[in-house]
Amino acid sequence: MTAADAAAEAVAPSNSLLEIARRRWEALKAGDVGTLPIVVGLAGIVAFFYWKNENFLTAGNFTNLMTQMAGVTTIAIGVVFVLLLGEIDLSIAYVSGVAGVIVAELQIPDGSWQVKGIVAIGIAVTLTALIGALQGSFVAILGVPSFVVTLAGLLFWQGVILYVIGQQGVIIIEDATINNVANYFFSDTAGLAIAGGATGLIAAGTLAGVLSRRRHGIRTDNLLLVAGKLVFLAAVTFGAVIWANQERGFPLAFLIVIIFLVFWTWVAERTTFGRHVYAVGGNAEAARRAGINIRRIRIQVFMISGLMAGFGGVIFAARLNSVDLNAGGGTLLLDAISAAVIGGTSLFGGRGRVLSALMGALVISTVGNGIDLLGYSSAIKFMVTGAILLAAVTLDTISRRRLEQAGR
Amino acid sequence: MTQALAETRPTTVITPLLETRGVSKSFGPVQALIDVDFEVRAGEVMALVGDNGAGKSTLIKCIAGTYTMDAGEVWFDGKQVTIHGPKDAARLGIEVVYQDLALCDNLDVVQNMYLGREIHDWLGRLKEAPMEARTSETLRSLRVTTISSIRQPVASLSGGQRQSVAIGRAVMWNSRVVILDEPTAALGVAQTAQVLELVRQLADQGLGVVLISHNLHDVFEVADRITVLRLGRNVAVFERAQTTQQEVVHAITAGVPTKVAGMVPEDPA
Repeated sequence: MTAADAAAEAVAPSNSLLEIARRRWEALKAGDVGTLPIVVGLAGIVAFFYWKNENFLTAGNFTNLMTQMAGVTTIAIGVVFVLLLGEIDLSIAYVSGVAGVIVAELQIPDGSWQVKGIVAIGIAVTLTALIGALQGSFVAILGVPSFVVTLAGLLFWQGVILYVIGQQGVIIIEDATINNVANYFFSDTAGLAIAGGATGLIAAGTLAGVLSRRRHGIRTDNLLLVAGKLVFLAAVTFGAVIWANQERGFPLAFLIVIIFLVFWTWVAERTTFGRHVYAVGGNAEAARRAGINIRRIRIQVFMISGLMAGFGGVIFAARLNSVDLNAGGGTLLLDAISAAVIGGTSLFGGRGRVLSALMGALVISTVGNGIDLLGYSSAIKFMVTGAILLAAVTLDTISRRRLEQAGR
Repeated sequence: MTQALAETRPTTVITPLLETRGVSKSFGPVQALIDVDFEVRAGEVMALVGDNGAGKSTLIKCIAGTYTMDAGEVWFDGKQVTIHGPKDAARLGIEVVYQDLALCDNLDVVQNMYLGREIHDWLGRLKEAPMEARTSETLRSLRVTTISSIRQPVASLSGGQRQSVAIGRAVMWNSRVVILDEPTAALGVAQTAQVLELVRQLADQGLGVVLISHNLHDVFEVADRITVLRLGRNVAVFERAQTTQQEVVHAITAGVPTKVAGMVPEDPA
């Protein structure tokens, strides 16, 4: 009965698969490229490295890749929000380093301020969120350009890290809870159970959405397409877990990343807060006139940026089992911003998705991992990543111009 | 029938929906408005015309609460009201569609219609389904049929369609007076006709519509009455049916300040 209804709906002319494909094609021609370039690019990169070195696609390398990219992806999620506003946050890398330092300091055994690992993590990310709020206040209330505020933050927090661990140079992390963040792998059964639970949740959420639209008598998405997407997601989820199970198992760090992605996607696309972030990024004056408190939105977004940088810093510290003077240094800042941009989030504000943090980090980490595997130097890695970044921003600029031309 | 209707609605005794009396506003030494009277009735399109600097925008911004007036009264629905800010105006049901439309290009039609007033639950979760249903209902009631999908970003709409979205947003909130600032300024011929039809539609639904325009052709096409300002003063109020473009142009360029019979402020008070 319901299935028959569904079938009848699916073949309705205005909503048929053919019609959807046609609309998608029109949007593509108008410059709305979506995730297509990144998927094609990623497939090309994977194919290239597999052709060069068969070890690239082994389960061992796959689990490596997942833990390697967890930190950058987490930080890049915060970057996506900042970019959606059309702002920038250059302080994220050293703010993440600050979180690492705080966590490390708070777990020093028999230290005067030793706390449980989980409490240490909580304190660290709360403080980095406050750092974000402070920097955001300069941008939102005083109107100082975010580039300058966060550039000052970059210098300041680097100084703080050097000041705190300057003498000993490195703090070893011995707390098991903290280290497990990046070094725990689920057993085969636990991994499969998580995959099953995740798939069930997604299916339930989708079904609730369809039913709600039915109840209000508005057109539902093509049900075949919805079912197809669900099957695809389930396949990817179970595939990843089964693949990882060939080796050490599914890493906790990546599960944390997935939870962040789902949660922040929900915030960005399903809540009034997220809607207002897109509105401020698209047309701040229109948002202000619509009664949106744009100062509060700006401060909150920089807070998210600080929070996610903090979580990223904890993941990095856990992976190394220590923090040292290099915490937050190296290419971390540029990797995190590039990840968001390569993933398809516009630097001009208002366009992009939280998922782009994952897509971009996947590209950057895959290239890095592959080049390491082939034994090339970092020189090559930098050049390739730079070229990809330029290509991504160029594509964004062109697609933006075409979208503007289409509007008439 | 028509006779009876005409008798029960003689123009002189209809209470205006929105009325201002003796509005003055100055910016430093510049007197932008001097003792200006203005009114719009429910179900009519009142055009507000005048040369650049005549005070049209200033008057509108005083009514919308963007500016505070130095002197003068505002009467709404037969009662005197005070407007201290945009929120007061919105609470009375006065909505302004500014020339730049204030739309977010990156958001779709539904998202723009509900911008800043989204339907959500206590968790801040958006309720897309009722918003989408109400949006399409509103656009249908305004006979806006050219937008193929209300889930496409506003960036991909034509100028006339964008204007329709902005107007639709203004009328969706039980508004009673809609003020349109140069709605046809950037539009081509076909698009202009579309928007003017929409303007007429609003008045026919019983709203008071104020139309600011430089284009007298457009004004004569939809307006019921025409208020002319010159150098911050009232110079004339015309019934569209009883005047000509030449007469209005003359008032705009060389009108003599006067208060027109039938709008004498002392009468109803």
